[in-house]
Amino acid sequence: MEYILIIISAIFVNNILLSQFMGICPFLGVSNKLSTAVGMSGAVCFVITLATLVTYLFQYYVLVPLGIEFMQTIAFILIIAALVQMVEIVLKKVSPSLYQALGIFLPLITTNCAVLGVALMVVTKEFSYGGGEPHFFNLGESVVFAFATSLGFGLAMILFAGLREQIALNKVPEAFKGIPIALVTASILAMAFMGFSGLV
Amino acid sequence: MTMAVQSSFKNMTLCLFAVCIVSSALLAAVYAVTKDPIDAANMARTNNAIAQVVPEFEGTPVADTIEVGGKKYPYYTVSKAGQPVGYAITSSSVGYGGPVTLMVGITSDRVIYNTTVISQSETPGLGAKCVEPAFADQFKSLNPAEKKLSVKKDGGDIDAITASTITSRAYTNAVATAVAVYDAIVSGSGAAEAVTGAASAGDWEESETEDGEAGNIQEIQ
Amino acid sequence: MGKIQLITKGFVKENPTFSLLLGMCPTLATTTSAINGMSMGLATLFVLVLSNMAISATAPYIPDKVRIPAYIVIIAAFVTILQFVMQAFTPDIYETLGLFIPLIVVNCIVLGRAEAFANKNSVVDSACDGLGIGIGFTFALTLLGLVREILGSGSAFGWKFIGGDGILVFVLAPGAFMALAYLIVLFKKVTAKKGE
Repeated sequence: MEYILIIISAIFVNNILLSQFMGICPFLGVSNKLSTAVGMSGAVCFVITLATLVTYLFQYYVLVPLGIEFMQTIAFILIIAALVQMVEIVLKKVSPSLYQALGIFLPLITTNCAVLGVALMVVTKEFSYGGGEPHFFNLGESVVFAFATSLGFGLAMILFAGLREQIALNKVPEAFKGIPIALVTASILAMAFMGFSGLV
Repeated sequence: MTMAVQSSFKNMTLCLFAVCIVSSALLAAVYAVTKDPIDAANMARTNNAIAQVVPEFEGTPVADTIEVGGKKYPYYTVSKAGQPVGYAITSSSVGYGGPVTLMVGITSDRVIYNTTVISQSETPGLGAKCVEPAFADQFKSLNPAEKKLSVKKDGGDIDAITASTITSRAYTNAVATAVAVYDAIVSGSGAAEAVTGAASAGDWEESETEDGEAGNIQEIQ
Repeated sequence: MGKIQLITKGFVKENPTFSLLLGMCPTLATTTSAINGMSMGLATLFVLVLSNMAISATAPYIPDKVRIPAYIVIIAAFVTILQFVMQAFTPDIYETLGLFIPLIVVNCIVLGRAEAFANKNSVVDSACDGLGIGIGFTFALTLLGLVREILGSGSAFGWKFIGGDGILVFVLAPGAFMALAYLIVLFKKVTAKKGE
């Protein structure tokens, strides 16, 4: 039951893009076309889940036992950078077609703050669902949370790209062209997502 | 300025290694220097919170924890002239954006002296208003035996913040929990009744919206 | 370019928020009030100046292929130092800004300045550049925070000038996007007129 609540909350209620404002750069940057948005979402999905798994294990089996939690930020960002590199190399060898689809987005993901944000969130913040006691996530919950969060990222990203493709066909006042009209669209989308609040 | 040196496997490894070592050393040094001020700042925060929620006291608050209903609650006892005058109890409940953690001060006559928020992540402009006097002052000098600790929507005596029932409910529940913890502390200090005290405090937590409970627990004291 | 221009260019011409559109995450997330926006801006300024200086000083010794990871480690070190300092001396602000302090590491402005400026310029110039861009960022965040605070809570820098609530939506997520959109449009208009 808790897992279902975690998933619904991460995708709809606390959407990483529209209510937590993490990962806005790719959200505004590569959402011009639906196909690139799908590619980016896939890559982010993969990296967020993997990175959260590795950083979680690193936090509890290396940093905490050694008493060097203060190295958290450096360690996490290095792990994420290394993981992204590794995924790129492995993908190139194993599945060239998938690499073609996701490859160009991978280098951008290291500096996507959603990845570091989720990794830090699961080890620093207490969560609670369905009126239970607030507690730190265990490994299973962390990975599910990370995966669901990245699904939320994908959902918002794809909806947004679809909207922007439509807007591109319309007449937009000169001053609003480009980013401003995208932000206005995002604002309306965020309002729509507010309708989910209170669901969990 | 000259451009960066040619890359070779050896100098790349060496360079990254050196950067990591220097950064770690620097961090360890800053960590050592700021550790005491950070502890002091945390302590000042706690002491500040305590001073806000209990009446005037002498000496330093004594920290302790108590287990109620399977959960540990930290609390601080403050005394004047050798007699405990009040308890500052930390309790939390789940709000809209996460846990709402309070410091609740209860005087030795079982009246809530004041409450203050230690941490919350409620929506700014909505739930985050729980820190403002308009809401929080309702709990000032509130006697749990006279008023019902739940929001009006649930049949209690607390006015909820407009459009933030969940936060108001969490705040109120945390205060009610603190009252239960207080009862456990007080009955715990009267050694013989320790066991019954803890048990009834647990019951109280489960049925905190029922009116009769408040009276029952006072009788046990 | 003189030192003064290095500092002032971040204000309008290369304003990281309104003209370069970088670092959007903290811009939207932490501007629920003017004070919060300003604190976030100053925190970023601190990291920006120090990391710019350190990267400028070490760049000649860092092999080209590993420069990005090396810069990220340097930036992360300064961010962690900032975390310690804020925890020790401004714990309340640290609590309010929360996760967005460690997330300065992945703020594209900081890495962007390292790549675009600090690794090819002198330490003093890089410090000025960091200061200029940092001030521009702080200015933008404070302005956005002020607009959202005035509309959303009817107050400015914590000073309340109307009773009751403001237009709540401006404190919430949709208002952040909307306010930023209109500020960028205004900024475009103003700078376009100046350019004529």
